[in-house]
Amino acid sequence: MITHPFTYQTPATIEEAVQQLGRNGEAKVIAGGHSLLPLIKLGLSQPEALIDLRKIASLREIRTEPDGAIVVGALATHRTITHDQTVRAKLAALAEAAGEVGDLQVRARGTIGGSLAHADPAADEPAPTLAYDAIIRAIGPKGRRDIPARDYFKGVFETALAANEIIAEIRFPAPAGRTGGAYAKFAHPASGFAVTGVAAVITLAADGTVERAAIAVTGAAAAAYRATQAEKALTGTKGDAKAIADASAKAADGITALADLAASAEYRKNLVTVYAKRAIQRAVERAKG
Amino acid sequence: MTATTSPTYIGTRLARKEDPRLITGEGTFTDDVMLQGMAYMTLVRSPHAHARILRIDTAAAKKEPGVVAVLTGTELEATGMLPVFITVPGMNGSKHMPIATDKARYAGDAVAAVVAESRDAAKRAADLIAVDYEPLPVVVDGTKALEPGAPIVHEELSSNLVFTYPVKGGDIDKAFKDAEVTVTQRIVNQRLIPNAMEPRAVTAKFEAGELTLWTSTQIPHFVQLIVALNLGLGQNRVRVIAPEVGGGFGSKLQVYAEELLVGHLSKTLGRPVKWTEERREGYLATIHGRDLVENVEIAAKKDGTILGLRIRTVANLGAYLQAFAPGIPTILHAFIIPGPYKIPAFDVEVRGVYTNTTPVDAYRGAGRPEATFAMERIMDRLADEIGMDPAEVRRKNFIPPDAFPFNTISGITYDSGDYEPALDRALAMADYKGFEKRRAEAKARGNYRGIGLSTYVEICGLAPSKANSALGVGWGGYESARIRVHATGSVQVFTGTSPHGQGHETSWSQIAADALGVSPNDIEVRHGDTFESPGMGVGTFGSRSLAVGGIAVHKAAEKVREKVVQIAAHLLEASPADIVVENGKVFVRGVPEKAKNFGDISMAAYLANNLPDGMEPGLEATVYYDPPNFTFPFGTHIAEVEIDGETGSVRIVKYSACDDCGRQINPMIVDGQLHGGIVQGIGQALYEGAVYDDNGQLLSGSMMEYHVPSAEDVPSIDLDHTVTLTNTNPLGVKGIGEAGTIGSTPAVVNAVIDALSPLGIKHIDMPLTPEKLWRAIRAAGEGRR
Repeated sequence: MITHPFTYQTPATIEEAVQQLGRNGEAKVIAGGHSLLPLIKLGLSQPEALIDLRKIASLREIRTEPDGAIVVGALATHRTITHDQTVRAKLAALAEAAGEVGDLQVRARGTIGGSLAHADPAADEPAPTLAYDAIIRAIGPKGRRDIPARDYFKGVFETALAANEIIAEIRFPAPAGRTGGAYAKFAHPASGFAVTGVAAVITLAADGTVERAAIAVTGAAAAAYRATQAEKALTGTKGDAKAIADASAKAADGITALADLAASAEYRKNLVTVYAKRAIQRAVERAKG
Repeated sequence: MTATTSPTYIGTRLARKEDPRLITGEGTFTDDVMLQGMAYMTLVRSPHAHARILRIDTAAAKKEPGVVAVLTGTELEATGMLPVFITVPGMNGSKHMPIATDKARYAGDAVAAVVAESRDAAKRAADLIAVDYEPLPVVVDGTKALEPGAPIVHEELSSNLVFTYPVKGGDIDKAFKDAEVTVTQRIVNQRLIPNAMEPRAVTAKFEAGELTLWTSTQIPHFVQLIVALNLGLGQNRVRVIAPEVGGGFGSKLQVYAEELLVGHLSKTLGRPVKWTEERREGYLATIHGRDLVENVEIAAKKDGTILGLRIRTVANLGAYLQAFAPGIPTILHAFIIPGPYKIPAFDVEVRGVYTNTTPVDAYRGAGRPEATFAMERIMDRLADEIGMDPAEVRRKNFIPPDAFPFNTISGITYDSGDYEPALDRALAMADYKGFEKRRAEAKARGNYRGIGLSTYVEICGLAPSKANSALGVGWGGYESARIRVHATGSVQVFTGTSPHGQGHETSWSQIAADALGVSPNDIEVRHGDTFESPGMGVGTFGSRSLAVGGIAVHKAAEKVREKVVQIAAHLLEASPADIVVENGKVFVRGVPEKAKNFGDISMAAYLANNLPDGMEPGLEATVYYDPPNFTFPFGTHIAEVEIDGETGSVRIVKYSACDDCGRQINPMIVDGQLHGGIVQGIGQALYEGAVYDDNGQLLSGSMMEYHVPSAEDVPSIDLDHTVTLTNTNPLGVKGIGEAGTIGSTPAVVNAVIDALSPLGIKHIDMPLTPEKLWRAIRAAGEGRR
């Protein structure tokens, strides 16, 4: 139940939204509302103003830039993303992760911008965002700022986004030719959030060796991360079962794993290795074509 | 069957009459009841599991705009205590006020009530109430609550022990002395949270000395009785209405604090008052289920013959005794533990315990799932110990079909049973013989596959009133029905049962239709309103509605039919023995062309100018039916599971069940009950479990943590049935509401343990979460690869 009053604004442009965000003390930006509204209902967030972005139609678009980059507007819903033909063809790990978010209702309303701004440690889309080396474009009072995904996720609900900035779009660079992506997830049985989710994006060289391996993990630690030890271990191999298993075994190296009723830290680390293996296997198969 | 010669509608898969309005959102639930001038109640609940209430400051709350009243426990003592309907010997009951007055005994215990013009205002004011608590030591575990020095939940009692309840038969010492093999297993039936789809809600208005109370309940008549007694109103001045009720599973088999409070506040404030539970609030303040720890020992011969069974149980009943709580681990659990087996010696002792947790009471199956789980786990442990096929150990100990009626060692009499055909059918459905090949195939995939079965007998049809009385149940176990045929021939059935998803409107129509020779579409079934009910209704719980309430409907319909026959015989100038009633027509056998319509007869009953001499006008009948015995449905459930070798995740790959509930009125409803029950039982086996920390805080406090199974967790369920009639009632029906929950939990757990048995794993406590299984697999030394 929402017992605290707040004002509600519907700006027509993102610049206007940024202005309104700056004018109001305790303001919150709302898009799909699937993270924010539950917090408000529980009294954990009590904003004085809600700034609803949904009138800003341009933020819903998914488009391909001349350089081949795929730009996903912050208001693109999980459902739009998972059904988008370009995303499915070029960014399979993103399409799969978006398709694993919550349930149908959540996917139909929840947005990628909201997911990244909220930065729930168990959200799905941070993993492919990291694995594809996406750029998060934020708009603030001083104009736009491009934040590489690697610098973006800081901790539990913590990001590089400033309080006066709003995410406008997420730019995914065009993947190289023989690239395959996949997202594998162990979902929390009740909430559907990722106890562990792994996005793997693998590019193969002409001779079939792994030229580039990007492995990103969500759900397991305070923030989504790139499993760099696993990436190193896989790069230059043939991407065979043993190489994948050896690399996956390093996917939880160095992390402080989360622990809760659904999974202890130790079990989560096991899930990271298992689901890294499953994601990499699929990504390699797809890269082979 | 009696006078109903050939059933036309009984036994058909008639689509549920309830569904169109429910599916299209036309049903009226308690929270939908909107009244002029209505105020809203909210309760302040203790955040502490055990704390003395030193002071409650309501001043700021009273000043909040929109607040109508703020009341503490001492100001609300006029509502009286909450009732307990079952008293077992030596029971230490306790004071249970709707609002705690001296101390809070569980996290969620209400300490103050706010009434305001809106829900928001009530919530805001509730936040302004300052309560000074003195936190006290907390005990959440039933066994620990019995240890010396444990915090005492009710200080007026010297300990937390509520009762010690023994059920014994045969020579148990001899059984264990003669045993060639004994197996002991500690079995935990974890605490569950009922999660009815509709949260509880109460709406009340008090007008012209009459209180009308809408409430989401399974027992409107009990609510009427207690509200009238506690609030000092004539029972004729209290109308309780259970409108659409969105599930209960026992959690609405109560008279709750909120019912008394909303009734009292409406009466004293002189305006309608509503309270609607929030889901998280329900996790704390609506009863929980199960929570038994049992030490089970079985004595047997090496050929699998059971010699004796000894069980010591601790039942955690929570902070207060709820309405039926003392009867769940005792009457509904201890007596039925032997299940389908001949057991020569039996020694069960159940101790009920108070703890600083949400009160525990009936949850679908209520004692019988716990009993069946204990028995079926120990049967598998025995089979494993002697190297015998689990199906064959069960078969060996079955009560033979010629032994019925069968007096069990626990002292009850099974009405009828034929257990082997159901077992054999389920084994065939499950391709039990071909299983080992599937186990080997799974192993090649790196997975563990297992098959598990449970064979159960449950006790339904609660209950013969005399048996109730002997067992300490403070009310009769009958059910009432009234059938009224209007002059035009339209038929109304008023039932004392109170369905909340069971489809009584459909099934009762089928029963009455066959007796009256009319279509079920011409029959309206009305329920859940104490002012239009036949009188006292007992309600819907314990798989009793059909075997008791359905029979009351049948008997009332037979009475009406008899009058129809008499009138028709008079009008047609024939002998009553020659009158045929079918398809809405009434005629002399062999002369259907001279038939009268059913409506002609009912019209004649009300015109009353040409009735047989001495016959009263009108066409209706009221029946109170008290059954002579319980009923005992049975069956076999078989689950096949595959466990991911790397993660411990369980997937149920096949589920087969053959159940016998006697005659089926509506096989589609039977299947639906089984589907839902099986899924609920799977929930206990794999997912569900209330988790408290040592401070009594409920960690699994919302649907974000507590997983109720959904469609994606459930395999396609194969169902079949055998039909063994009971002589207990004229329709030969037994009951099916809880069988799924009773049969499925042990079948799934036995399958998982069977899957892991090649690793030497003998038992794992529920819920069988992936992490638990992963740890067990790893501990067994085969986890890493």
